[in-house]
Amino acid sequence: MTELTKLTVSETLEGLKNKKFSAIEVTQSYIKSMEANRHLNAYVLETPEIALNQAKESDKRYADGTNKPLDGIPMGIKDLFCTKGIRTTACSHILDNFIPQYESTVTQNLLNAGISILGKLNMDEFAMGGSNETSFYGPAINPYKANNSDTDLVAGGSSGGSAAAVSADICAAATGTDTGGSIRQPSALCGVTGIKPTYGRCSRYGIIAFASSLDQAGPIAKSVKDCALLLNVMAGYDNKDSTSANISVPDFTQFIGKDIKGLKIGIPAEYRPDGLNAEISKLWDNGIAMLKARGAEIVNISLPHTKYALAAYYIIAPAEASSNLARYDGVRYGLRVEGNGLDEMYINTRSEGFGKEVKRRIMIGTYVLSAGYYDAYYLKAQKVRRLIRNDFIEAFKKCDMILTPTSPTPAFPIGDKSMQENPINMYLNDVFTVSVNLAGLPGMSIPMGFSEHGLPLGLQLIGQAFDESRIFQVAATLEQDANFRGK
Amino acid sequence: MAVDKETVKRIAFLSRLKIEDDKIEATQAEFNKILQWIEQLNEVTTEGVEPLVSVNDGNITCREDIVTTGNHSKEILANAPQAAYGYFTVPKVIE
Repeated sequence: MTELTKLTVSETLEGLKNKKFSAIEVTQSYIKSMEANRHLNAYVLETPEIALNQAKESDKRYADGTNKPLDGIPMGIKDLFCTKGIRTTACSHILDNFIPQYESTVTQNLLNAGISILGKLNMDEFAMGGSNETSFYGPAINPYKANNSDTDLVAGGSSGGSAAAVSADICAAATGTDTGGSIRQPSALCGVTGIKPTYGRCSRYGIIAFASSLDQAGPIAKSVKDCALLLNVMAGYDNKDSTSANISVPDFTQFIGKDIKGLKIGIPAEYRPDGLNAEISKLWDNGIAMLKARGAEIVNISLPHTKYALAAYYIIAPAEASSNLARYDGVRYGLRVEGNGLDEMYINTRSEGFGKEVKRRIMIGTYVLSAGYYDAYYLKAQKVRRLIRNDFIEAFKKCDMILTPTSPTPAFPIGDKSMQENPINMYLNDVFTVSVNLAGLPGMSIPMGFSEHGLPLGLQLIGQAFDESRIFQVAATLEQDANFRGK
Repeated sequence: MAVDKETVKRIAFLSRLKIEDDKIEATQAEFNKILQWIEQLNEVTTEGVEPLVSVNDGNITCREDIVTTGNHSKEILANAPQAAYGYFTVPKVIE
């Protein structure tokens, strides 16, 4: 029965519909896998009883023919999504024992579609990080190791637990969120598939806020089709999030298998800087050749402001974070550390509750928003953000979609010295993903191959706003041609 | 624009965060390294460029201003570190 955990979501649904196995059996297999893989630290909370109860309901619905689109699929949920009655901490000490009294819209949509929840997945604290190492619960560990090496590698971040759990078959699929690359980069590092949809596609209601103008939820799964099945359910207008888009959600699975002849694929010159990892560069060339062979037209494009995206992001995201995280004050939820008077209580609570990287970003954000510096930093960054977005608008006059690498390197060792000593080195992991968030566009990472040391590598497809459909169309051909065989 | 120690202390207080005295210098150095890095934006000409606040192109609508929920004080207080008589409690602020 352990083989059940090897199936994709679509294969599992097939088997459930044909009564080859029951939802209870599927869930039990994943619970066993969860127990066997605790060393990966992918889950920060396991909820096997909840999952089994939900699976029991799924089996009833399969029996009487009222089964729903994702009935009986056991999922892991990133710890950033509020789940009613299930502890949710954003992997921060400051939200110790926080039990949401309501359900996030995205998880509610998934529950309405019949999933069962195996538990809450590890992540960087408040989604701030590129390696899952800022989690209060310690890093999630990449299921892959370099050939002939026993060194633990990062799962990427911030959705590191989600990517590791999908990669190691400890859930059929997972939710993630992506503010600067947090779905795509860990997906690439763990050899799985993940899509950050267009800003506004999924409701942010009930997702603990990091940088509200950039945050977006999406699925991480074992295949392109699985991502389509999940996004079908996760996406949709929600009047509880004023930025959620009132735009109809097509059936994304319809675009899988359609040929891509004549589609124009843009290749941005700026994504191949001097010193780009040779393996990544080769992977990219292979991807280009695959699309060409399928009859797509390859177009050279320019996104001239690419090199400024990270700097703009590290003003805008901390600014929004400093404001969003002001709510953690020891009064309404989470940790409270007493002090002499109100201010001291705030200071003691926040100083003990937040980790190093979160504090760093709160302070940067507070500084760039403070009187006298607002124009020089925050306003400047917002102007550069527009230029970055304009680059894409111009590029999409020449092409339908853009192909780039997802991450500049494969997975790196936990505790990497250069990144621990200089946060900017960690920030550089998002160099290929961050522009997409600033422009609000959809982006998907597809596992395409391995480094010479046997570590997974991914490529990214960037689409026009609300054009996830054609991303799925092209991603499915890349998936087929690359024939990536994961763990 | 490099920040001095006093600015670091002021920003920490505005952020309601405590920095131990022996960490101020290191925080200042790190802060300045990041600021120096983000100041590469000064290379970009942004004259006449409208700041981009939201990527939602006109698809934001206001919902009707009506009460849709209520009577949830029990749920709202469920996670409070301290609550009494149906309220959050805080240290005394008025002498």
